[in-house]
Amino acid sequence: MLSTEKSHSKREAIGFVKKVGSGGDQSGGAGSVGIGFLSTKSLNQGSDTKEYTLHHHFALDCVAIPKITISVMASISLPSICPSAALSFQDKCKEKTKSRSSSKSVFSVKTKSHGQITMAVAVNTSRFDNITMAPPDPILGVSEAFKADTSEMKLNLGVGAYRTEELQPYVLKVVKKAENLMLERGENKEYLPIEGLAAFNKATAELLFGADNPVLHQQRVATIQGLSGTGSLRVAAALIERYFPGAKVLISSPTWGNHKNIFNDARVPWSEYRYYDPKTVGLDFDGMVADIKAAPEGSFVLLHGCAHNPTGIDPTPEQWEKIADVIQEKNHIPFFDVAYQGFASGSLDEDASSVRMFAARGMELLVAQSYSKNLGLYAERIGAINVLCSSADAAVRVKSQLKRIARPMYSNPPVHGARIVANVVGNPDFFNEWKEEMEMMAGRIKSVRQKLYNNLSAKDKSGKDWSFVLKQIGMFSFTGLNKTQSDNMTDKWHVYMTKDGRISLAGLSSAKCEYLADAIIDSYHNVS
Amino acid sequence: MSDHSTSVFAQIARAPEDPILGVTVAYNKDSDPSKLNLGVGAYRTEEGKPLVLNVVRQAEQKLVNDPSRVKEYLPIVGLADFNKCSAKLIFGADSPAIQENIVATVQCLSGTGSLRVGGEFLAKHYYEKTVYIPSPTWGNHPKIFTLAGLSVKTYRYYDPATRGLDFQGLLEDLGNAPTGAIVLLHACAHNPTGVDPTLDQWDQIRKLMRSKGLLPFFDSAYQGFASGSLDADAQSIRMFVADGGECFAAQSYAKNMGLYAERVGALSIVCKTADVASRVESQLKLVIRPMYSNPPLHGASIVATILKDSNLYNEWTVELKAMADRIISMRKQLLEALQARGTPGDWTHIIKQIGMFTFTGLNAEQVAFMTREYHIYMTSDGRISMAGLSSKTVPHLADAMHAAVTGVA
Repeated sequence: MLSTEKSHSKREAIGFVKKVGSGGDQSGGAGSVGIGFLSTKSLNQGSDTKEYTLHHHFALDCVAIPKITISVMASISLPSICPSAALSFQDKCKEKTKSRSSSKSVFSVKTKSHGQITMAVAVNTSRFDNITMAPPDPILGVSEAFKADTSEMKLNLGVGAYRTEELQPYVLKVVKKAENLMLERGENKEYLPIEGLAAFNKATAELLFGADNPVLHQQRVATIQGLSGTGSLRVAAALIERYFPGAKVLISSPTWGNHKNIFNDARVPWSEYRYYDPKTVGLDFDGMVADIKAAPEGSFVLLHGCAHNPTGIDPTPEQWEKIADVIQEKNHIPFFDVAYQGFASGSLDEDASSVRMFAARGMELLVAQSYSKNLGLYAERIGAINVLCSSADAAVRVKSQLKRIARPMYSNPPVHGARIVANVVGNPDFFNEWKEEMEMMAGRIKSVRQKLYNNLSAKDKSGKDWSFVLKQIGMFSFTGLNKTQSDNMTDKWHVYMTKDGRISLAGLSSAKCEYLADAIIDSYHNVS
Repeated sequence: MSDHSTSVFAQIARAPEDPILGVTVAYNKDSDPSKLNLGVGAYRTEEGKPLVLNVVRQAEQKLVNDPSRVKEYLPIVGLADFNKCSAKLIFGADSPAIQENIVATVQCLSGTGSLRVGGEFLAKHYYEKTVYIPSPTWGNHPKIFTLAGLSVKTYRYYDPATRGLDFQGLLEDLGNAPTGAIVLLHACAHNPTGVDPTLDQWDQIRKLMRSKGLLPFFDSAYQGFASGSLDADAQSIRMFVADGGECFAAQSYAKNMGLYAERVGALSIVCKTADVASRVESQLKLVIRPMYSNPPLHGASIVATILKDSNLYNEWTVELKAMADRIISMRKQLLEALQARGTPGDWTHIIKQIGMFTFTGLNAEQVAFMTREYHIYMTSDGRISMAGLSSKTVPHLADAMHAAVTGVA
């Protein structure tokens, strides 16, 4: 029995079309649901035969079944789903006709003049069909592309993971020792507290601020274990969003690609301060200070504690002091991202000097830490968020709110990486071994910088100053190559790097320095 | 120069302790030898000790001894073998959904992380932003979904009069939900009540949901741990997948593999087609990358090692069944102890309910009495963790319950 609603509107019913089994059996079948809309056209006025065109937004398999019955479960007009969907529906249908085998089913049915339309058409549609394929991650996607490349010459200078001279991943010896010890001890796997492993939290704050730092004795630091750098930044961003509504985070231009995504997803507004000067391939210090000064009072200023990613360009100690001055002047809040402590210069203390200097001035600040690079614990996701407050009472309150953010995100953090760090830092022999291995890693990177620079200077006859390679610090170098030039590096030379011109020296071997120099010189001079 | 008396954090108030974890805090402070911790849901042995499964230790040994293992970043979606094995575990090894490649599976941080990533994905990409959760449910559910950007409503679930399922109420409330709304379902061993629908009731729920286009989001935290059978505990999910419709499933290995602190879990989204699944997966990566970049390796490696090795897998099923059986036996013992004491009321719900928890039906005053007089630590909603009981401690609990029921209104 079929009947139809009296309506003169073109888009009559948008809703869910239920698939019915071939025998009209309501209870069986796959009950698949889809969104489509019906437009109607009366064949003639007053006629009780109407022509229905069912536009499938996601028409994939349109199976005609003997008994054509569609149950329109709900009539919702297009605009109520969402305004933009309403506008694009028609267009999407047009697009669909190009690629799909059939996006319309036209059928005539005899109808009565009142009531609901009941017709059934088998429709296999997905509620997620309108989801587009996301682009690959600009950093992590590089490694995927590298894997696919079959050239013998290929070189992966994309992601910042340390490689040995043999270009192999490296698990620190001290990490293996710690893991063996942990297995021997046979510790249990009970949930950590929301704030993480206490021994880890103590060790990480001491590493960062220095074990004798008065701020620790005064209990002014709220520390919770986080999911490496990213996770720690995200929890801090959520704290900012909740307790500093409208406050902006100022990020350097350029900065690590994921910073923007983190603040976007946390719904924290951000703006950029000048940082990289392409003319000098160095720091635009005046621009940086001016932009920080111009920002609304009480902004958060995201600073790379050492080994700026992607440029490798760090402020000098004198410049750090001036940066601290202007931040204090504007009552801004410093927010340090410390992903390379010990890995940049080889010295844990030296690499923490910027943070410690700010702390010594009595400033309140946030610090996100990561052990991915300096302990090679990339995949274990171990880091921390520290909030240095002006009082112990504030630290207690802040810590309780950090926990409140972590609980609905992942409940409590993973134990394995935390135990490794706590064991390494807590055991004097392991700690010394760690420092040696870290010096070794930082040393290898310094030495390939030198070799790369030597090759560039020797081979490039243009007189271009390549000394920025030596002045930059840490895992990365900003070559100054633009996107097209970077593409040339990949397409012609099979050198994989990020499109911003960043190369990871951690992925460079001594043996490949000459080849890389040739590639850079070619891309810089012959491609624009 | 900053003054120590002023703080930009001055307006931040102290958050209260988590209600569930706070029970353990109070328990730890108590010095009475008869004290009993029936608060948090972590398995305890008959001796009251935490348990690390034998197969887990074996897997860890294998991993540590393997010289080729590295700690490089996992892909954003996690360890591939782990994802494959997890999907097979929950959907069944011969699930057509897996064979047709219509499932997008991503490794996440245990159950919580899987729910959060799924929730954020839906808030971003799905047109219906309301999720219906059962009343009551795990305390963290509403917070997870709210922070993910969804709005939370409830559907009737627990009937205090019968200490069972309010099935009519459930059907009514889901029947009144807007078309396309998301519905959170506990795959088995409902937390906190232990009350599960029968298979027949599940089928009715399924039909209703499909007729309204409601989107099922399963929380599977106890597969194998509830009945002792991995397949039986996945029946509800498999029933929904078999009808060809779409659904979400959050899996946790915290309890069934005792990997609590390793934070191992997975989010699977069963889509209509392989093409949709691959696009969905690409968008899941955009949710994960700004949250923690990529998931932790250790726990997932343990799970993959066990699931891929038939000997370890078989051993696991035996250890899993032993845990489930011990809990079932505690249920029987508690019921018998109450019946022996002639405690007024019908206590058979203790053996009808399933999983780690029992919703005793005791009220907050009775619970407070039990804590004060008998040093029993439990949540004030009357929930007890059976995993925290032993043959030796059942009599003490029964005494406490008897006293509470007969002495406190």
